[in-house]
Amino acid sequence: MSPLLYVAQRGTAVILAVAVAVHLGTILYAVRGGLTAGEILGRTQGNHAFLLFYGLFVVAAAIHAPIGLRSILREWTSWRGRSLDGAMLAVAALLLVLGLRAALAVYVA
Amino acid sequence: MSAGTQTAGPRRGAFRAARPRAGFAAALLHRLSGIALALFLPMHFIALGTALQGADRLESFLGLTHNGFVRTAEWGLVSALALHMVLGLRVLALEWFVARERTAVVVSACVAAGLAVGLLFLLGGA
Amino acid sequence: MNAPVPTPSRADPTVEAVPGEALTVRIRRDDGFQTFTVARRPAQTILDVVTEIQRAQDPTLAYRFACRVGMCGSCAMTVNGRPRWTCRTRVAAVADDDGLTLEPLRNLPVIKDLAVDMEPFFAKWTAAHGAFEPGDAPPADFARVAPDSPARRAVDAGIECINCGVCYAACDVVTWNPDYLGPAALNRAWTLVNDVRDRGQEARLEAVSGDAGCQSCHTHMSCTEHCPKALAPTFAIAGLKRATARSALKRLGARHFRRSA
Repeated sequence: MSPLLYVAQRGTAVILAVAVAVHLGTILYAVRGGLTAGEILGRTQGNHAFLLFYGLFVVAAAIHAPIGLRSILREWTSWRGRSLDGAMLAVAALLLVLGLRAALAVYVA
Repeated sequence: MSAGTQTAGPRRGAFRAARPRAGFAAALLHRLSGIALALFLPMHFIALGTALQGADRLESFLGLTHNGFVRTAEWGLVSALALHMVLGLRVLALEWFVARERTAVVVSACVAAGLAVGLLFLLGGA
Repeated sequence: MNAPVPTPSRADPTVEAVPGEALTVRIRRDDGFQTFTVARRPAQTILDVVTEIQRAQDPTLAYRFACRVGMCGSCAMTVNGRPRWTCRTRVAAVADDDGLTLEPLRNLPVIKDLAVDMEPFFAKWTAAHGAFEPGDAPPADFARVAPDSPARRAVDAGIECINCGVCYAACDVVTWNPDYLGPAALNRAWTLVNDVRDRGQEARLEAVSGDAGCQSCHTHMSCTEHCPKALAPTFAIAGLKRATARSALKRLGARHFRRSA
């Protein structure tokens, strides 16, 4: 990975550390005694703060995950070069689209 | 002068594998948990996306998840997330703040923290 | 080495040197493992064992050593799965009930038996710009470098490397990614990055970046764990990660915020 990819991965790692801590805290709090759609959506519907939070979370994860997967594939398989980079960009795009869609889904529902 | 004496060489038997390979174990756990999370994430997003078709869709989807197998997978993922984060914080510390570490102790503490979160999840019921 | 040994037959590779306390030694040769037996002796080192086998039992066995006192780093090989100096490794410390298994260093091409080709190791040293660069007009006088300055302390922490190759053999990333420069080359580069007299920093930071460079280190810390000089390449590499990151961000910032003249 290049120095800039390294910065992107470590930088998003810091963002994710905060986001994951909040997310885990929310999960542990929310899951007590069962979890229903109503409970999830009751928290997230029309909530700007959650939308912004999840949006940022998704962007950071969409950058962080493919960079990590790239290293794994390069080292543990024989895949390398432009096609691998292209595939990782596609993974990033996929995570971004699906993730922002999900964040909007729980905001709008 | 340090003429390269092999200080504290590996002991016989089981100790040889466990203690000296702590850094490798940390990296392996970090990598495997990362793979698990990367594979899970799209499914997570798709599941939540069903809310677009109304709360009932999400609710009926969630209904599918109330079984032992899925609960175990959920526990695994929550633990994986916590573990990946804690081991990742260790990497950030090593790269940006630390000059030495007591690897075995730190890695054990990270794994314990990750599993503690998983335990809290299970104890929360549902 | 310590006590006289009855001369065994050279033709028979598994002859027992002395009846009683015996040490089984499996050695990887070009065509598989060969088993030898030597007498156990007090304070015996792996080098003692290999030398005895080569001189008294099988003169065709190829291996390296030079100083035999832990100064040159020539005798490194894989002992019971881990890369070590044979001259400074006591048999009693590492032999388990199965005895000893000796193999050539990992991650390097084998020339014969226990001797490996160190050329790729040194090629990467050069590729990482592991040599001092004085620049076009080096100053005539000595540079004043305070020994307790942070930069000099960083250099001192890594300067004792004698290129033995143990860290390189221990590194899993080198095994997975054959282009990876490896801990020794990167450690040396870090000592030069911190050398205030050096004029080749930009090129060096470029040389230690990328998929073959410092960013590929995953902090397994096998290098630091195995280094017989107690160096810590992991943290030298971490320093390179920081230096290359700052340099890349500075260039990015300069590109974006450069005002037209």
